[in-house]
Amino acid sequence: MSAAVFAAAPVIPSFGRGSSCVTDNKLFCWSWVREHWGDTLSKALVQHIELTLIAVVIGFAISFALALAAYRWSRLAPPIGWVAAILYTIPSLALFQLLAAVSWLGLSRTSAEIALVSYTLFVLFGNILAGLREVPADVRDAAEGMGLTEWQSLWRVELPMALPTIFAGLRIATVTVVSLATVAVFIDNEGLGAPIFDALQTTFKTELIAAGALAVLLALVADGLLVIAQRLLTPWARSARS
Amino acid sequence: MSDSGNALQFIGDHTGLLWHLTVKHLELTGAAMGIGLLIALPIGIWLGHLHRGSFLAISISNVGRALPSLALISFGVAVLGIGFLNAMVALVILAVPPMLTNAYVAIEGVDRDAVEAAKGMGMTGFEVLTRVELPLALPLIFAGIRIAVIFVISTATITSVAGGTSLGDVIVDQATYRLSGVVGASICVAALALLAQLLFTGLQRAITPRGLRVQSKRPVRLDTASVAPASTTTN
Repeated sequence: MSAAVFAAAPVIPSFGRGSSCVTDNKLFCWSWVREHWGDTLSKALVQHIELTLIAVVIGFAISFALALAAYRWSRLAPPIGWVAAILYTIPSLALFQLLAAVSWLGLSRTSAEIALVSYTLFVLFGNILAGLREVPADVRDAAEGMGLTEWQSLWRVELPMALPTIFAGLRIATVTVVSLATVAVFIDNEGLGAPIFDALQTTFKTELIAAGALAVLLALVADGLLVIAQRLLTPWARSARS
Repeated sequence: MSDSGNALQFIGDHTGLLWHLTVKHLELTGAAMGIGLLIALPIGIWLGHLHRGSFLAISISNVGRALPSLALISFGVAVLGIGFLNAMVALVILAVPPMLTNAYVAIEGVDRDAVEAAKGMGMTGFEVLTRVELPLALPLIFAGIRIAVIFVISTATITSVAGGTSLGDVIVDQATYRLSGVVGASICVAALALLAQLLFTGLQRAITPRGLRVQSKRPVRLDTASVAPASTTTN
């Protein structure tokens, strides 16, 4: 922008060298996307996928453990659910900033991930637990009657039957994290939020649209992949669905 | 949180500013919710009453969920420029899907026997809607409104980068307000969202007909293709 700053001259943001489309800040310029795919967009996309994967995997592991505990000891369920719901309600920008203000966390990927993980808990914990509790009592009785131990019944009967509900939660959590990871840019300058944030400073339209579209596409692709994974893991559900 | 003392001090020193921004924040939320309600409820209720358009009514919330709020704001900036209008449009777009889907699912899911009985008593379609379907569907419709409110309060914070006026103004302007201001305003936004959640949860309980209250003891379950008893949208 420095080239455009002259005394008394109107401030015209400079969008660098490039085609007239870019310098005129037209709505969308393919030439810019082609030119900056490598140095800006693909890098941000990969970072965004990393942020999402880490948050969903850790969030799932924590939620799974908590849900199993709450399934076994039902008294645990309400307090865990409450804490998860409170975390889920806190606006993302506020939670990111509150975590970044913790001195040993600071502006870092760790702060971003802690917030992202905490947003997955409400949906994942709730759905894993609900999926397990929805298993009909006679099915559990049948498993017990066949001589399965409690642990065997859980892994071989109850969890497989809970899979559709668990996957529904996983889909919501994943798409949520993809969305919130764009907001993480305020404390961790990476992911697709980074090009969006840069472009907001100059209102450079092409970059705003390209990075925003990549975030939407990533959410849709992740959702689609989870649907495919669910079909592969629950072949018995296919006939029931149609 | 080494800065929390300073943050509380900031809140104490700037109550005027924070109060002003809270009011602005609520105005933005209220306006977006008002427009969103006018769009979402009639369509959702009407489709649910006719038992039509389930694909539209349900997939809109899936698509809505896949729209990252910051991405939506950035599209808005590209097309509409920075300002109130962009913030407003983004918030309305985010508020409509959960309300529409919940309204549809709520009305569509009303016990068919109850509807048949009402028709057998000689009620017209409109009477069935207003005297049977709507009262029975009210809690779930309200749940959709609650989800949207939390969502809009949360996203209104982010619209500060694109011309919306809200408590986010302080959060995104660390250069002016220092870390203490950022943390102080974050605490205010978090408190605002939690209060709204409490208020609307209480209201939802209050409007639930006594006969339906037993159902709320069921475990919370979120489904991509059905009801959203709690909160299924992104912040």
